Amino acid sequence: MHHQSHPAAALEREHLVVIGNGMAGCRAIEELIARDPSRYRVTIFGAEPHVNYNRIMLSPVLAGEKSFDEIVINDRQWYAANGIELVTSDPVLAIDRTARTVTAQSGRTVGYDRLLIATGSDPFIIPVPGKDLPGVITFRDMADVDHMLAAAGKGGDAVVIGGGLLGLEAAHGLTLRGMKVTVIHLMPTLMERQLDEAAGWLLKSALEARGQTILTQANTAEIVGTEAVEGVRLKDGTLIPASLVVMAVGIRPSVALARDAGLAVGRGIQVDDHMVTSDPAILAVGECVEHDGQVYGLVAPLWDMCRALADGLVGSHSGYRGSVTSTKLKVAGLDVFSAGDFSGTDGAEDIVLRDASRGIYKRVVVKDDRIVGAVLYGDTGDGGWYFDLLKRGEDIGAIRDMLIFGQAFASGGGVADPKAAVAALSDTAEICGCNGVTKGQVVACIDAGGHSLDAVRAGCKASASCGSCTGIVETLLAITLGDAVEAGPRTMCNCTSFGHDDVRREIVAQQMRSIPEVMQKLHWATPDGCSSCRPALNYYLLCALPGEYVDDQQSRFVNERMHANIQKDGTYSVVPRMWGGLTTPRELRAIADVVEKYDAPMVKVTGGQRLDIFGIKKEDLPAVWADLNAAGMVSGHAYGKSLRTVKTCVGSEWCRFGTQDSTGLGVKIERMTWGSWMPHKFKIAVSGCPRNCAEATIKDFGVVCVDSGYELSVGGNGGIKVRATDFLCKVATEAEAMHYCAAFIQLYREEARYLERTAPWIERVGVDYIRARIADDAEGRDALAGRFHVAQQFLQDDPWAARAAGAEREQHAPMARFTPHAVPA
Amino acid sequence: MLTGEWLDIGWADEIPVRGSRTVQVEGGDDIAVFRTGDGRVFALADRCPHKGGRLSQGIVHGGAVACPLHNWRIALATGEALGEDKGCTPVIPVKLSGGRVLICRASTMQAAA
Repeated sequence: MHHQSHPAAALEREHLVVIGNGMAGCRAIEELIARDPSRYRVTIFGAEPHVNYNRIMLSPVLAGEKSFDEIVINDRQWYAANGIELVTSDPVLAIDRTARTVTAQSGRTVGYDRLLIATGSDPFIIPVPGKDLPGVITFRDMADVDHMLAAAGKGGDAVVIGGGLLGLEAAHGLTLRGMKVTVIHLMPTLMERQLDEAAGWLLKSALEARGQTILTQANTAEIVGTEAVEGVRLKDGTLIPASLVVMAVGIRPSVALARDAGLAVGRGIQVDDHMVTSDPAILAVGECVEHDGQVYGLVAPLWDMCRALADGLVGSHSGYRGSVTSTKLKVAGLDVFSAGDFSGTDGAEDIVLRDASRGIYKRVVVKDDRIVGAVLYGDTGDGGWYFDLLKRGEDIGAIRDMLIFGQAFASGGGVADPKAAVAALSDTAEICGCNGVTKGQVVACIDAGGHSLDAVRAGCKASASCGSCTGIVETLLAITLGDAVEAGPRTMCNCTSFGHDDVRREIVAQQMRSIPEVMQKLHWATPDGCSSCRPALNYYLLCALPGEYVDDQQSRFVNERMHANIQKDGTYSVVPRMWGGLTTPRELRAIADVVEKYDAPMVKVTGGQRLDIFGIKKEDLPAVWADLNAAGMVSGHAYGKSLRTVKTCVGSEWCRFGTQDSTGLGVKIERMTWGSWMPHKFKIAVSGCPRNCAEATIKDFGVVCVDSGYELSVGGNGGIKVRATDFLCKVATEAEAMHYCAAFIQLYREEARYLERTAPWIERVGVDYIRARIADDAEGRDALAGRFHVAQQFLQDDPWAARAAGAEREQHAPMARFTPHAVPA
Repeated sequence: MLTGEWLDIGWADEIPVRGSRTVQVEGGDDIAVFRTGDGRVFALADRCPHKGGRLSQGIVHGGAVACPLHNWRIALATGEALGEDKGCTPVIPVKLSGGRVLICRASTMQAAA
């Protein structure tokens, strides 16, 4: 045995040449040495001047938390002690598979028996003008870090293109080094491959709080500069000044060398389970390979691959079976974890815990009682546990109810029944952290008659703030009362334990500004809501933040997105506005022309005195609107939760019974109120006398003119359950009628629940309340009307005009067209 | 564009997040291509199994779309109606490659057959 270490014997050993002195190449050799240190003679080629270092730790070096020496994995001593020849600063440029040699940049040619390709990956450079300017760099190796440190020494502005892990770490390091950093990210969510929208939003908020500017859905058009980089221009024209641009948009497996050598290459170098390429003498490992259709950009799979590779090299084949990856990261000091599939596949259920006050978000995705994915933000302590359960495919049915609280809680004391766990809590245990309410206090409140969630919230404040303890309070109700628990007010939907009123109150109280923010702060149980809550939240935010909130089109029902009414065959009906039901020859001609030009199969007069053009194709809508706009007509909002029409009768101008100018007033009211978004559709009518030909007493707001003035009434509708209006008050002038109308609409906008028409709203709150707010409180009335007019400044904008001019063109055009029968076989 | 097993229909980011676009197939139903909040892409025949509503016009939430006609929820991955409703709409296999969306040629042609 002893002779094997003799130099002469070494010459007889097979020569293993490694291309790449990075983490994968060196780890593979470490694994090999651990199995059999004398089997191969090893030569490693590295493109960088350094020994093997931990690339993952470049971020702490940039941030000043570590020195380069601290991130070295193997120093020169290691290479020497293991008889490894290290060739640095000399990248391999060619492989000759026939001669079994590699040739490096210096011209050095070395023969091999086995070759290992571990070239890793290359940063992806987006092909924009200016990408080659001095000052534009990537973030991949120590040279890039040196570059950034030199630039940061001069201060100024930096732009990081790419809001993935690497980009955010570069941004964090540069911020710590004193630069003013803007991150440009193409996608709506930061780190969208690791994080869902909610966690991405939390991360973005935290980074912004640290002084970074984060631009999502921002598309780089060009990098500007003459001698060196001076800034980045976005596709929308914005120019961001920068003396340093870091491109961190992604990596691509480095396969050029393998491809030139004629090896099988897909997205990466294709390898089998033993990391052998299409040439049996050549192996490959790490980020440059494609195994079973997968390429990996994380470090954990690399360790698995290196083990399989080393097993194969020493003849005890084990085989790599692919990796399930998890990411546990500290991004800029913020804890983030993700694992598996958290995209909510079919049949998967989400368990979500949000702790708004501590900035914590946890989401575990469960399918058939097994964990399939997890996203954690803020507290990643249980990431490893979830990942372990995921990898082992453990049945979590028994601990499901406790799962989200983490390992300590779910397996604590063998209590697997949440009811038993809550029952076992001591009376002094704090249930509601926000209001400091103990279990004893909650139970006392229930015993004193608080038999519903709402009653408990009102009685002792438990669960009345952030709502995260709602489940526990409900369990306490069930334990204490059994079947006697009274159902509380209905929640908005299954995504939340809050009702509409609570959500609205909190949006205003906490000054929330976006749908993801509401979902986070109010502990939504789903990642991005549902078709019930999203339109409601969109409306509540729009109402709370006039002129400021940016409408979320994807949270609107199709009719409000297309500004037309969808019909059962997928075509749309279009209703142009006719103020007060009046029209002109020019408008009628334009409508007639549209009907003929676009082959509309039907035109109908609506109940609200408008003309409805049916059967318009989605693709034709912008052109139809352009034609109607050209004749001076705007959207009639016949499709919206908004002011629909103001119906009028002819009034004193023509009618022998008319007492006031009801058409004139109707037109004025419609001019004042059109464009307003509301909880539900809203109809107005003005009748010129008590004969009430405009049917004003079954409208949301009705005016009946009389000799001495105007009788105002509210809360009527036709529909399934006809309801006549309640009398509100009588006023003397047109101006007052309009003022009261504005105030009433604003009260409805601010206080009714989404999809609640005025009739059920008034039955719920009582007409006396409405009279007190509108008729009896002059100051309050003025304030309401004032807020209405402020909002209208931003809402009275014809949506058709923008679409006709080309806005959101893609909503109307198909993405692609195929004519299958024209395809050659 | 029309060769191979997959049809290239465009860039993924041409589809709005939590939204949809259509692909027209001559002689057949449109195909609705969806992009979810977490950036995944799916394709279904653009017909609700209930009354034929255009799923492409619905609200996309989680991994499902709500049909605009009667609010049936359809799972994007399987085309199955969720909850109490029963029915299934054909799924068109999709894959992403370098940011491009590719849909299965055979299924697309079948949709037009």
